[in-house]
Amino acid sequence: MNAAMPVIDQPVLSCSGLGLQIRDVELLDEIHLDIRHGETLGLIGPNGSGKSTLLKLLAGVRMPSRGSIHLDGQCLKAQSRRTIARTLALVEQQADTLDAISVFDAVALGRTPWLSALSSWSAEDTEIVHQALRNVDAAHLTTRTWRSLSGGERQRVHIARSLAQCPRILLLDEPTNHLDIQHQIGILNLVHALPVTTVIALHDLNQALTCDRLAVLERGRLVALGKPLEVLTPHRLLQTFGVHAHYLVDPFDGAKILRFRSW
Amino acid sequence: MTAALIRTLLALVALLLSVVAGVAIGETSIEPGVVLQVLANKLWNAGYVLDPIDEGIVWNYRLTRALVAGACGAGLATCGVILQSLLRNPLADPYLLGISAGASTGAVLVALLGIGAGAISMSVGAFAGAVAAFAVVVLLGRASGVPGSTGQIILAGIAGSQLFNALTAFLITKSASSEQARGIMFWLLGNLSGVRWPSVWLAVPAAMAGLAVCLWHRRALDAFTFGTDSAASLGIAVRRVQFLLISCAALVTAVMVSIVGSIGFVGLVIPHAARLLLGTGHTRLLPASALGGAVFLIAADVLSRTLIKGQVIPVGVITALVGAPVFALILIGRRNAR
Repeated sequence: MNAAMPVIDQPVLSCSGLGLQIRDVELLDEIHLDIRHGETLGLIGPNGSGKSTLLKLLAGVRMPSRGSIHLDGQCLKAQSRRTIARTLALVEQQADTLDAISVFDAVALGRTPWLSALSSWSAEDTEIVHQALRNVDAAHLTTRTWRSLSGGERQRVHIARSLAQCPRILLLDEPTNHLDIQHQIGILNLVHALPVTTVIALHDLNQALTCDRLAVLERGRLVALGKPLEVLTPHRLLQTFGVHAHYLVDPFDGAKILRFRSW
Repeated sequence: MTAALIRTLLALVALLLSVVAGVAIGETSIEPGVVLQVLANKLWNAGYVLDPIDEGIVWNYRLTRALVAGACGAGLATCGVILQSLLRNPLADPYLLGISAGASTGAVLVALLGIGAGAISMSVGAFAGAVAAFAVVVLLGRASGVPGSTGQIILAGIAGSQLFNALTAFLITKSASSEQARGIMFWLLGNLSGVRWPSVWLAVPAAMAGLAVCLWHRRALDAFTFGTDSAASLGIAVRRVQFLLISCAALVTAVMVSIVGSIGFVGLVIPHAARLLLGTGHTRLLPASALGGAVFLIAADVLSRTLIKGQVIPVGVITALVGAPVFALILIGRRNAR
């Protein structure tokens, strides 16, 4: 590394030669990815292409079989779980509990990496939890129990918990699943507005068009990486997703949108 | 902070009251005032003039018994909390996971083969048995289930309990005289008759150390609410915490089983009751469960001594007789509360 090189060019999160094999099944293979400071990177690919697995590896929750991951230029393996959790938060799909936990307490778990065995809960922690709940439009749910929430409300509470971690990097695994259209747009706007680096797995390709860059996964391999309109070509959509598609221009604001056909 | 202090004081008072009640109530009942006077004499040389027989009963028989019962109840309830939280399964408890059965096998092996002598070596045997049983259960659970899933471990625990209970029965029928066999069977069902001060010095520190280790990791236990991956992403070193706390549970269970035999239901019922009353946060759940377990087992011991005149019922029988219906009521109450 050259000392004159500006820090901003150094990727905040990167992986090289990343692979995961479980028994004989190759879940991920040879993934090279540099995630830049402040960008929103969309992860797209058909079911089972390895999006969730890649997010878990990047978060350090699962160990890769091959390759390495670097967070802020340091090897992820060399860092403690607590240090990682202060920098990076992961929102999984469908994490559930049988416990009768309140929404406030579920979001308060996000403060775990910032609290030690001896430190006590502070007013500042409470304020962070309330702010996180306001950010996902869930302040009115604060005193409800987890069990009484709908799927979409649960998803928003999960996102609030990750925000309560005050991370610089947010990894989101299909956060708009289960959400009604208003909250889908709300969460995506929030993700774009937050001053954090975001990696977001998405199914809706039109939503994916709003990302800064897209990475396309196909059977565990990274097959394309770049600006959305450059990546999501009709050729790519046919090859990876098996659908024919073409772009329409929205007369309302001139944005390009995708329309799909099966023939 | 002051509210927490008041709660702590109330808990200690409740614990003291139940110990005094446990000492005072019995076949020959002793005035609570006399109990306190004996304690004052022994602890601070207060110099009250008392009947030496009463003094002997209080100090050497009933007090040791109440203290060990309290420590066992607290320890087993704490183990129940840990196992339920870490394995994400409401049915996890030392008894159901085969840890108690393994500890019994280990302790019986030591008792019958006469390796070493005294409570310490029984504890070592019980610990080895507890760890062996838990290892078998975990390996079986792993081999039969999806990695990361926790449902299999309960089925594996049931298989493990059966295996180790059968081993214990085999050892008894093969090696024990009929008198030994009767003694061991009685001890296996939970028996506080033999406990003296050495047992207190083993049980009370074990329960307190177990509780302290768990309280130190209370936030980590909370972080397991949404599963192990979620705990990992919240900054918990999942493997290390699981290994440490489950070893701790196995050790505490082994110490308790080696002293009083395997007592069921405390580890299952008390944590659920505490959760219903106080919620799932471990900062309050752990001390509350320990207190509840202590009071419950002291009361169960009093019942076991007084229910049938002139005869002691194994305390494990009482905990199951009381625990099962209480548990049923809790389940029904919880359904209605929802």
